[in-house]
Formats: sequence, C-alpha cells, structure tokens
Amino acid sequence: MNSESEKTFVKFEKIDKSYDGEVLVVKNLNLDIAKGEFVTMLGPSGSGKTTTLMMLAGFETPTNGEIYLDGMPISKIPPYEREIGMVFQNYALFPHMTVQENLAFPLEVRKLSKEDTKTKVQKALDMVELGDFGTRFPAQLSGGQQQRVALARALVFEPRLVLMDEPLGALDKNLREQMQYEIKHIHDRIGITVVYVTHDQSEALTMSNRIAVFNDGVVQQLSTPDILYEKPENSFVAQFIGENNRMTGTIKSIENDYCSVDLENGAGVVKALKVNVGGVGDKTQLSVRPERVSLGSEGNGENVFTGKVEELIYLGDHIRVRLDVCGNNEFIVKVPNEGSFNYKEGDSIKLNWNPNDIRALDPVN
Amino acid sequence: MPIGDMLLRSVDDSQINTVFPRTFEEYNKWNRDVEELPPEEVYRTLFEELATGEKIQIGRALTRMNYSKSGWKSLIKKTSREIKKMTKKGIVPESYKETLIEINNDWGDPTFWYSMAQMVNKQTPIYYWNAIDRTYDQNQNVIMQDEKRRIYVQTWFKTLKVSVYVTFFCLVLGFPVAHLLANLPLRYSNLLMIFVLLPFWTSLLVRTTAWIVMLQQKGVINGVLVWLGILSDDGRLQMVYNETGTLIAMTQILLPFMILPLYSVMKVIPKSHMRAAQNLGAKPAMAFWRVYLPQTIPGMSAGGLLVFVLAIGYFITPELVGGKDGKLIGSWIAFHLKTTLNWGLCAALGAILLAVMLVFYWLYNKIVGIDNIKLG
Repeated sequence: MNSESEKTFVKFEKIDKSYDGEVLVVKNLNLDIAKGEFVTMLGPSGSGKTTTLMMLAGFETPTNGEIYLDGMPISKIPPYEREIGMVFQNYALFPHMTVQENLAFPLEVRKLSKEDTKTKVQKALDMVELGDFGTRFPAQLSGGQQQRVALARALVFEPRLVLMDEPLGALDKNLREQMQYEIKHIHDRIGITVVYVTHDQSEALTMSNRIAVFNDGVVQQLSTPDILYEKPENSFVAQFIGENNRMTGTIKSIENDYCSVDLENGAGVVKALKVNVGGVGDKTQLSVRPERVSLGSEGNGENVFTGKVEELIYLGDHIRVRLDVCGNNEFIVKVPNEGSFNYKEGDSIKLNWNPNDIRALDPVN
Repeated sequence: MPIGDMLLRSVDDSQINTVFPRTFEEYNKWNRDVEELPPEEVYRTLFEELATGEKIQIGRALTRMNYSKSGWKSLIKKTSREIKKMTKKGIVPESYKETLIEINNDWGDPTFWYSMAQMVNKQTPIYYWNAIDRTYDQNQNVIMQDEKRRIYVQTWFKTLKVSVYVTFFCLVLGFPVAHLLANLPLRYSNLLMIFVLLPFWTSLLVRTTAWIVMLQQKGVINGVLVWLGILSDDGRLQMVYNETGTLIAMTQILLPFMILPLYSVMKVIPKSHMRAAQNLGAKPAMAFWRVYLPQTIPGMSAGGLLVFVLAIGYFITPELVGGKDGKLIGSWIAFHLKTTLNWGLCAALGAILLAVMLVFYWLYNKIVGIDNIKLG
C-alpha cells in the first residue's frame, strides 16, 4: 500500500446523484478525507451537501460512482452495518427513552454485556459533561444538553467515522459558538474522523481542518480555512466566504501572474492577480477583501483611486466605511480603530490596494 | 343531567307508591309468620284505591307489578272491573277479603302478596338483578331466572368479547393504513385519506346494508369464492346474521376511529428517528420495534379506547347484521326502550354499561396512563 491510499480514509469517487433521473443534485463528486480529519461541507441550501452526507451514511444510494470507507466500497452495505455515527439536524433523540437508554441503544443492539454498556454510557455522558442527567428524558433537557446527548450517542459505540448534519442549527448564537469549541475539543481529544455539514461559514472556519465548498452539486473548492478565505479560486467561493468587494471588467492585457482590467463604464484600470480568467478581451470579476484596502495613502502608486465617503458605521474595534469608488457605491472598507480616523460623510478620499490582494476571477452571469 | 336521570330511573320505584300508598302502609303491618294472608285492612285499602284510582296511573303500575310476578296485570284488571261494577251499584262489601277472593281466587294465593314486598319501597334493585338474569323468589331471596329467560349474562359476555375482537382487528388493520397515510407523499396520502373518510360521510345504515349484500349466502363474497372454485355451491359460508357478520361489519365501520388518532400521532414522529436507529446499528425491524412502535402507543391507546367504547354500546349494526346470534347489549336496551317500555330495566342495563366502561377506563389509566392518550 502506498502512502497516498493509506492517508485516504473516506473516498468519494465520481459520485453522481439524481432523485428523479433528470436533475443531478450531486455532479461528479471526488473527495478524499484523511483519517482523523475534520472536514466540513459548506454551501447554501440545495447545494447537495446533505445529500452527500446521506450517501455516506447509507440513507441514499449514489446514482453513479462509488464511496470507499477504509479502502472498502460501501454502497452495498446497509446503514446499520456501516459503523458510522451520526448527529442529526434535530438530534433525533428517542423521546420515550431516558438519556441513558438512548445512549445504551446502540450498545444493546450490538449485544454488549450489561456492565460494559453501563460503563460506556457513563463514560460518554461524562465526556459531554452530562454525567448526572442520565435518568432524564430528552424533553426535560435544554437544547444545548440535547445536542450533547446526541453527540454522545453518536460516539458511544466507537464508530469509525462521525457525521454531523447541521447539528448546531437549532441553538442560539452564544450556545452555538460554545458548542463549536466543545465539538472541536472532543474531536482533538479522541481523534475521530468527522464529516460536518453546515451552511454557516463562520462555523466551518472555526472547526474544520478542511472545508469543501458546495454549490450546485459541485465542490467549488476544497482547502483549509485560511486558503479558502485568502485565496478563493472562483467568484462563488470569494462571495460565499467572508465579505468582499466586487467589480466587473474586461481583461486588457496579461503580464505573468498579473492582468490589467478595464472596469465597466470606464471607471479605471486595475492591476490584479490573475487567478481564474480566460484571455485578453474576456470578462472577469475582481474581488478584494474590505480589510485589504488602505485609505488616505497612495502606497507604491499602483491601484490608486479616489472615492466619496457615503456612510460611516462605528463598530468599536473597527470602522466600516461605505464608499463610492469606480462606479460602485457599495464598496466597503474596514479601518482598524486606531484613533486616527477623521473623515466625514461626503468627504473625498484616496485609497489603494496591493495588486496581490485583488483577484481576477471567473465572471458571474 | 340525562345520565343522572337515567341512573335515578334505574332504581326508581316511586310511581307505584303513588297509586297504592295506603295499601302499602297497611301491607307493612302484615306479619307473615302469624297470618297466612294479609289482614282485612290491606284488602280494604286495596279495594278502595282500585275503586278511586286513576285508570292511567293504575295501568302504569300494572306493568311494574308484572315485572315482579307475572299474572298481576290480568288479576288487577279483572278485579278493578268488578270493583267498578260494584261501586256503580253502590254495594259496600262486608268482608273485603272474601269479596276479593270471590272475584278472583288468586287473591287467596300468598305468593302474589309476597311479591308485593318488592314494590313497597321507593327504591328497588330489581332492575339491576333482572339485568344480570336474577330475580326474587317468594321469600325475597335473589335467585337465577328460569333457564329459558336467562339472556343478559351471556349477552354481556358476548358484548365484551365482540368489543375486544373489534378493537383488536381495528388495531391490526388500522396500523398499516395509518402508517401509509403518515408516510406516503402528499398526493397519495390525500387520496388514501379520502378513502378512509369516505365511509364517514356515508350513512351508517347504507354501510351496514352494504355488508349484508356482500356477506349473505347469495352475496358478492360467497359468489366470488364459488366462482373461483374455492367453495362448492352448497358449501356457501354463513357470514351474516351471526357473530361473524357483526364482527366484520363493526370492524369496518369503526376502523376510521382507530386510523385517525394513530395517523395524527404517526404524523409527528420525525422520519429521522428510524434513520437514527438504523445508523446506531439497529436493523429495520428492530428499529421499528424499539423506536417507532413505542412512540405510537398514545395513538394506539386513544384509538383502542375510542373503538372499544363505541363498540360496547353499538346497536344498529349488530341489530341488522347480527341476527339472533350477534345481538349485543345495545340491542336489548333499544328493545326494552321502544318495545316493552321497561325503562327501569333499560336504565339499569345502561348504568351497568356505564360502570363497565368506567372500570375499563380506570384499568386503562392504571396500565397506560390517561396522560398518554392523544387524539390529534
């Protein structure tokens, strides 16, 4: 066995999925997940991420292609023999069983002895800090506690892999953030492979080793969170992850890694990093992060423009400035609050950005 | 209010007391150990009360007297005719006792006088004893009815048996239908729902007679079976006008009452539960048994209780398709209510029915818990 296949634990190979035989919900999906990795599938609703997860869990069968788990094809294995734990969107805790009985259920169907079951259940409950709640019914627990029980139940039978389908969607913001860290810590501690589905990008960025951004049934980009944020490979990813300022134009010339772009309506020429574009004369969409634009200076003289301050929003640690630049009056700049910002609405202001920070991507229709 | 009225009526015996108040007063002074027949005073008051009493009131009292001992009705009728004649002529008898015995020998029969003891009180348990095939002997001991008049005890047991069977069949047949209703895609389940509700919108009588058409010996089912060669022409099954017919028709008619509560409970069981159970390693059958079925208990108990309570008091269907064999207690109540006008017995039967239901309700509450019921 070579090192490549040893590293791959879950492998999606050319997976297509269609429910009605006409529309493909998942198109030609290829995805490798290493053992112990925390991989998140991120995307808007209807992008195929949950379908992908369900195929892995065994509740949906791929129309084409094969999924491998630990080197074995699993399409023919029924869900109850896959040894994959899952946390469902609404937890799917059994309301007629106590917390303990819920946790003991996977062990009982595996015919573990009474003592083993008891110790494992207690261990799992202690892990999620619910050691004293075993005799309660799910309805007697808060949302966060139910979430933890669901997590403990998915882990108690020591599955090979844990799937989580938007497990934090029903929690309020504070609890959600707290649970994000908790799940991450449990993952770090027991080193289990996790496949996580969410539509919340900050959740994905916080927890994952790698993120697969889904749109339209296709993985747009699969990278670590920092690369996804800083080096998006196409307009969808740039738009979906974090904030960005968009400008459209036509490519005027290409030199090495850079290209010059004629902005629409003759608003100027921008030098940008060439990432995902055609040739000279093709349309392109430019993307620059709000925090990579500097105000009031000319830098090294490249990409210098003048804008009009439309709106100022004070946010404590930073100030959010909305400008009218190059014919785009939704241009956002984030200025760190260092106490030296003294512009007013209506002021004209010079701004510039490094050509390395603006990326020329595929045009959006 | 109607229930209270019914319960009172089942023990009420005051009507007869308004007709013969003085006779009963004198009757109570009679010492049976000393005298064989009641004293002269009893005969006298009876004579006078028959002479002056209103005809309608006396007529009602007669019906009641006949429940205690048959023969009272004709005896009093004949006697009062004679008394009326005598008073018209202005004859005042010297000895009322002898005059009455002269009119009819039965006045010298102590058993008639003994049975009067049952009527003296304003309340009586006689209807309850009658409702379970008991009556009084001449010494006011409770004894079994004559063999050929024992009908209620076996009818009670038959009613219970039929109700239990109907509930069981409804559960067995209703569960898969409710499950389909709750899990099919909307357009199929809507269609199925209409099929379930359609019988609701059809008259009960129409449905019952439809079953007669289906089940009778020259009916549809027998016809098809003979045509298929499963039955020979002279081996046609007797499926109607007996208990089988009652069971089949009642099950069909009460089925929606089982399906609807079950459906409403199944509808809210998230589909993810079955998935979760399988994901945790349970085979589908195990997942169903351990996870799905326990969650439908509120629906099963609601439907079960509903069907059972309806079945135990059912009477139109058993009356029509039950024949002699399949008659339930409800039919007897209706019979006495409309035909014999023995409302006391009706009330007693009804009260026992109510008590039986309450006992079942109590049992159910003990076993399942009434909070566990869910109708929608």
